[in-house]
Amino acid sequence: MTELAQKPTIAHDDAGPNYLKAGSGALSWLFTLDHKRIGIMYMIGVSASFFLGGIIALLVRTELLTPGKTFVEADTYNQLFTLHGVIMVFLFIIPSIPAILGNFVLPLMLGAKDVAFPRMNLASFWFWLFGGVLALASMHMGAVDTGWTFYTPYSTTTNTSVTVTTLAAFILGFSSIFTGLNFIVTIHKLRPKWMGWFDMPLFLWSIYATAVIQILATPVLGITLMLLIAERTLGVGIFDPAMGGDPVLYQHFFWFYSHPAVYIMILPAMGIISELISVHSRKTIFGYTLIAYSSIAIAMFGFLVWGHHMFTSGQSGLMNMIFSALTFTVSIPSAIKVFNWLATMYKGEIRLNTPMLFALGFIFLFGIGGLTGLFLGALATDIHLHDTYFVVSHFHYVMEGGTVMAFVAGMFHWWPKMTGRMYSETWGRISALIIVVSFNLTFFPQFVMGSQGMPRRYYNYLEQFTGYHQMSTVGAYLLGLGFLIVAVTLVASLFTGKRAPANPWGGATLEWACASPPPHHNFAKTPDYRAPYDFSALRHDAEDGGYRSVPSEEV
Amino acid sequence: MSGNDQGHPPELAHHFDSMEEQHESSKQGMWLFLATEILLFGGLFCAYAVYRSLHPEVFIYAHQYLDKVLGGINTVVLITSSLTMALAVRAAQLGKRKHLVIFLALTLLGACGFLGIKYVEYSHKWHLGLLPGIHYDPVEDSHATESRAHPDGGEPPQDSSPTVTEAPEHAIELDVGAGLTPARAADQPLPEPEQYTAPTSELTAAPAGPAGLAVEAYGNDAHDLGPEPRLVQLFFSIYFLMTGLHGIHVLAGMAVISWVLVRSAKGHFRPDYYTPVENVGLYWHIVDLIWIFLFPLLYLIH
Repeated sequence: MTELAQKPTIAHDDAGPNYLKAGSGALSWLFTLDHKRIGIMYMIGVSASFFLGGIIALLVRTELLTPGKTFVEADTYNQLFTLHGVIMVFLFIIPSIPAILGNFVLPLMLGAKDVAFPRMNLASFWFWLFGGVLALASMHMGAVDTGWTFYTPYSTTTNTSVTVTTLAAFILGFSSIFTGLNFIVTIHKLRPKWMGWFDMPLFLWSIYATAVIQILATPVLGITLMLLIAERTLGVGIFDPAMGGDPVLYQHFFWFYSHPAVYIMILPAMGIISELISVHSRKTIFGYTLIAYSSIAIAMFGFLVWGHHMFTSGQSGLMNMIFSALTFTVSIPSAIKVFNWLATMYKGEIRLNTPMLFALGFIFLFGIGGLTGLFLGALATDIHLHDTYFVVSHFHYVMEGGTVMAFVAGMFHWWPKMTGRMYSETWGRISALIIVVSFNLTFFPQFVMGSQGMPRRYYNYLEQFTGYHQMSTVGAYLLGLGFLIVAVTLVASLFTGKRAPANPWGGATLEWACASPPPHHNFAKTPDYRAPYDFSALRHDAEDGGYRSVPSEEV
Repeated sequence: MSGNDQGHPPELAHHFDSMEEQHESSKQGMWLFLATEILLFGGLFCAYAVYRSLHPEVFIYAHQYLDKVLGGINTVVLITSSLTMALAVRAAQLGKRKHLVIFLALTLLGACGFLGIKYVEYSHKWHLGLLPGIHYDPVEDSHATESRAHPDGGEPPQDSSPTVTEAPEHAIELDVGAGLTPARAADQPLPEPEQYTAPTSELTAAPAGPAGLAVEAYGNDAHDLGPEPRLVQLFFSIYFLMTGLHGIHVLAGMAVISWVLVRSAKGHFRPDYYTPVENVGLYWHIVDLIWIFLFPLLYLIH
């Protein structure tokens, strides 16, 4: 494909000023239709939610430093872990990668000027903001203490602000649906003429698979939360056995969304890793087609496994077995991806810079998280491990060790493109090291105590678990420090960072073909053909510190 | 968003190459939105299936209180409005502005008619206390269950068939109930008889068929047919949730139809630009389609 490689430089000068300068004042941001600015607004809001959720996590861990009361009452503790869950799931992790990096990068990767429905994109942000404010406001109306799952019958009988919080989650659902709908249509309709499905960067495949889940699963959460609200406010009794309802139906409804939702969280992360591993190993991605199909396969299987959250809730044995078997099938496409990433690195020219370190951290931690999932998917072991810290640890390895690591990796990787500034590589690497080590310090002891029977969500615990809890708490503090360094490193780069070249990493996808930061309309004209993982035509340019495409005859 | 690109129609956003591409994108977006609607209602249909299979007797018993005639009329009204909507889209494609406005107005009229009839049905149930969950409070005394089909104490046709043996007893209770009908009677003393006359005639007409069928299904044991089964409120929860959510969608449909109606009257649409009309049409068809499933599932249970 090298004969088709690019002209020496892409002309970005004629595309107008960069998007950051294309308008000034708060209103030019709040009512912008530019996907890049909407992505940045999401970045600010979602990151703030992440730090808020993180601080609450530290409060939870601090309380667990000693058995019994450490510094808050049991009711407060219940509210804290619920808030941590609600904020992290609905405000942070669901929108994180699609709404920030997806919004910013997806149209650029397609060589498009914007997403298909810019106004809907803005509406998505406003729904997110409104839902987020409502969720936080509900803290002052009697914070929810049901856990983020809002299980009935407790959620329909407790007098905390379940109604307002679930209404917030309902509104956030619109935000998620709008984003997903937009991305599907954008990928279908706004690809350049030459870009077939298999010429797309893998990040787009994973975002596409994610969007399908967002569209098909989120409405079910919507109706579930509406039923919960109707039950609380109108007393419809749809989940109340005294009136013929069935609380387990709530669980089915809830997990029909919330299990696919974990793939809303992890699939875009996998997409980022596919990009990063290839670019930072200077090697074409191994097994492109399989990685692409495995994203779709995960999205499809993801809809068929929700029952594995309910092995102990009285499902029939046959259903348990079917759900267990289907759960194991999800590990196949997941493993396909991991093996392909490893094969991509094999004999690659690996650069251990910050995005790559986080990506490697992802593979390691996601590997542990994925494999421990098999213990929970197996019926016999799950009965023992159900509702213990083993589960807590498992999903933190996947969600935080997986999604958050990939999110941070992606932030570092695309930061020069988004802001036009290079961050401090030294501090980036230090943060990666601290995060990977302290993450394991936080969560590995939880596997151990979970397997020994420490139940999740408990305020008090037996003396024998004290050591594990204290390790976990110390690890959590260090983890907080690690993310703080990430934030400081990135923010400081805005003031002290070097100007970023258009293509600092030598990426071959189209977002690197426009300037850093990109002009308001991205591309003056639709870019010409480029293979997304062909690095042969890219040469390092000492002048600006980045990479440039060289004409094909020189390759 | 209209563009920096000269010579393009004003409706063309800058990130699309052509009106056709924009139209196709909008339509695809609409179809995806309709998919979310189906899944939204899917949750309720699923709840319906679960509860009907768990408590079939509740559904068979309680559906008698729905008026098949009004439901049937509403189905016809809604299907007709779907036809006029389709004709409106056709008129937009052909650029016939006058026809477009007329057909959209007719569609809007159909929607109003549907909600009007729905209001009549809802208010009957409201007066009879046939409400969901904790609000379920049928007008009669709770153990004079059978008489609920004829709340004003009129002639109960049901009594003629299966419950002959118990009829006198019920009649007595009925009198007591009609006289006292505790809280409600006190709340609204005078207009009550008139208000209840209308529902009675409809309700007594409706149950005759299914009641007979129910007798066959449950043999001659009068207690299975006559007295209400436990948990009847469940049916009304499902009924009000499903038709209520559908009703909200009809309201939303009226809003967007009015919007394209105004724009049509202003002449915003041309044969090469009628996307909003078509998308509103798609939305209206799904609202119609959902009702076509709701009607038999709720009104025509055997």
